[in-house]
Amino acid sequence: MNTVSSQDAAIAATGGASKEYLTFMLGEEQYGLAIIQVKEIRGYEPVTKIANAPDFIKGVINLRGDIVPIVDLRVKFNVSEATYNEFTIVIMLNVQDRIVGIVVDSVSDVINVTENEIHPPPEFGVAFDSRYLDGLASVDDGLVILVNIERLITSREIGIFDSMNQQNEGSV
Amino acid sequence: MSVDMNQFHTVFFEESQEHLQTMEELLLNISTDDPDAEELNSIFRAAHSIKGGSGIFGFDALTGLTHVMETILDKARNHELELTTDIVDVLLSTTDTLGDILQAYQDESDINWQQIEEGKTALESILSAQGGKSEDAELSPPVDTTEQDDSFGFFDDAPGQPEADTGADEDDGFGFFDDAPGLPESDNSAEEDDGFGFFDDAPGQPEADISAEEADGFGFFDDAPGKPEAAPTASATEHDDRDGSYGFFTEPKPAQPIKDEDAYGFFTQPESASTPASKIAAKAPKPTAKPSAKAAGKNDAGSVRVETTKIDTVVNLVGEMVITQSILSMIGEEVEGNTGEKLSGAIDELSRNIREIQEAVMSMRMLPVSFIFNRFPRLVRDLAKTLDKKIDLIIEGGETEVDKSMIEKLADPLTHLVRNSLDHGIESSDKRVAAGKPAIGTVVLKAEQRGGNILISIQDDGGGLNREKILDKALANGLDVDPKMPDEDVWQLIFAPGFSTAEAVTDVSGRGVGMDVVRKNIEAIQGGIDIVSEGGQGSTFTIKLPLTLAIIDGMCVSVGSETYIIPLLNIIESLQPKSEQIKTLANDTMLWSRDQYWPLLSLREQMQIDEPDKPIENSIIVLVEIGKKRYGIIVDQLLGKQQVVIKSLERHYKKVDGISGATIMGDGKVAMIVDVDNLMKNEQINQVGLA
Repeated sequence: MNTVSSQDAAIAATGGASKEYLTFMLGEEQYGLAIIQVKEIRGYEPVTKIANAPDFIKGVINLRGDIVPIVDLRVKFNVSEATYNEFTIVIMLNVQDRIVGIVVDSVSDVINVTENEIHPPPEFGVAFDSRYLDGLASVDDGLVILVNIERLITSREIGIFDSMNQQNEGSV
Repeated sequence: MSVDMNQFHTVFFEESQEHLQTMEELLLNISTDDPDAEELNSIFRAAHSIKGGSGIFGFDALTGLTHVMETILDKARNHELELTTDIVDVLLSTTDTLGDILQAYQDESDINWQQIEEGKTALESILSAQGGKSEDAELSPPVDTTEQDDSFGFFDDAPGQPEADTGADEDDGFGFFDDAPGLPESDNSAEEDDGFGFFDDAPGQPEADISAEEADGFGFFDDAPGKPEAAPTASATEHDDRDGSYGFFTEPKPAQPIKDEDAYGFFTQPESASTPASKIAAKAPKPTAKPSAKAAGKNDAGSVRVETTKIDTVVNLVGEMVITQSILSMIGEEVEGNTGEKLSGAIDELSRNIREIQEAVMSMRMLPVSFIFNRFPRLVRDLAKTLDKKIDLIIEGGETEVDKSMIEKLADPLTHLVRNSLDHGIESSDKRVAAGKPAIGTVVLKAEQRGGNILISIQDDGGGLNREKILDKALANGLDVDPKMPDEDVWQLIFAPGFSTAEAVTDVSGRGVGMDVVRKNIEAIQGGIDIVSEGGQGSTFTIKLPLTLAIIDGMCVSVGSETYIIPLLNIIESLQPKSEQIKTLANDTMLWSRDQYWPLLSLREQMQIDEPDKPIENSIIVLVEIGKKRYGIIVDQLLGKQQVVIKSLERHYKKVDGISGATIMGDGKVAMIVDVDNLMKNEQINQVGLA
């Protein structure tokens, strides 16, 4: 439900059915996520590990007083070698009133995509399950896979949100 | 009126709650033999304010009941009705009913009209019973009080509730004329309003506004034949520049400068309309309500209502400042030379200021314990009656301040303990006298701050805990007990689930579900409970609480490169084990210390730190205790004691087993706080047979 409303808001805000996406690299592919959900982009910093967490949840960091979990999408989708240095990028997302950081290979650009430019997502060849995708869009230098980041982050697969949110997933 | 009333409802509910609380407090303290006029006035005012507000908002259920209550109170303060304990009882239960109705309106749930009717009947029976005794004995009992709209016969034809005005609840003038059209409360500019007299529209009413300047007083008997006292009425009204005064009976009341309560109760004896004026005049000098500017001052507490979430935000921000400041001082140490000195001076200053801000902000979250203590006089009074015991409750240190979140969680366990003291602690008067003790038992409820802790104790001078009984019961319950156990260990047995030595289960206590819940609740707010008891002398239950829940004293320990915090409250001792202390039973490693075996648990394993284990002889074992669990946590090193600000992990992540929260260390890194209760599972403890 939140997904819909925030997208609507985005559409309304950008005037018409056009939406801004932040594009980032995961392995060989270029992905995009709705920029409205991006809180900030920062460099990777050492995390505090959490016991009993899957390996793609790197741990938590102190984001100005908030204890924020960091999810490494590279590890989760096994797309590239996970190295951590000062060039490693963390995108801080606002998802359903929470803050979650995701680690990606790099961020590239902010693009404007209108609704009729979005094509249905491919069934294969993408690291993500198609239910986390909004579609495909073509830009100058190739295709961008548009990720529904909110649905992905709140999914049971990532498992950092409570069961209440995960149950919603089924009905989406 | 198109004004949206809802926005005022919240204020009304809050204020009414306060009024009810005031009424209850005053009623409890009132002496029936010689009631203090000022106290009666305060109770009356409280009832009156609720009635006024409820009338405005159309909460008829409240209006009706408070109205009758007001009538009784008015009679009491006019010495027309003698207060008895029974009347106070009925009034107290009326405040309960009012509280229920208020809650119902607040929740927008159904009103229990039956309860209201019962309440009213009880109140009215007082009126009729006392009416017979009063000096107006020949008069019929007062007016029809059962009518919901509280129009009193005379004004039955008056239109319904007054037009509400936003400011009206301060501006009052409620009473019998609530329903009369054109009352001052319909208008804030009450000064210009005329007072409406009883017979305003009665045919042949004489012009009575003799001399009143701004408010014209219409005296009922002003022009009544043979009543010379009419004039004082008019002059009395001069004092009152806001509301019209209705000085029918020339009572001196209108002379009170108290704005929010002029001249009520004219019709408390409307039947007097038929009595000769002389009789009433004779009564006039009697009422002694003190003119009290003091009362006006009392209402003006000079405080602001702030949402707790706002305060919490400030608390959090201050927490951030503390962290930033410690990061800053670490960087400051790296700066050398003259600039470094200046910088460290400035940083010292900053940290002093931050500490002061922190204390100031923390104090905003604090509430005096009297917040919960205040309910106990009532509880003790009612319970003593039920149990047919004589009990004095002494409250000390009600001004001690405790974190608001703790206050809420303290109420239940405290109530339970007090009930226990009354029910099981204090003996019946006969028994007490036989034992050479005063017939009246004493329960002392005391709060004090000692160091970094708040101590709340419940002390009774009753029979004390019965060691043998507890031990027998423990054996019967299959608990592992030793007849030679020291007293304090025996007392702790009563916290076991299902434990009750009461001979009979009463509705007061004795079901044995309570004490383990009491201890759980107290441990949930990081507290502990101690018992001291001496046969025949009484028992003292002492609850020890941290000053605040937002900050705990912790021991920083390291495992590999990670830092963890163990709450100091749970730590008994930290030691470096000698190899002969370590025993292995089956697969479990145990430590022999303090004459017992402690199951051990490696924090490295629990937290899944993939660094090789250190040999146990080179590690540190932290012995911890929570509830009945006692075990040792193996860590690499102790880093030192530190106060840490607790941060929620669940805010952005989720609950983690064995972790109660996180905190941010001086270097800005996150450290996990160990949940001592949760880390070692019950099964694990049972497995090694040390439950």
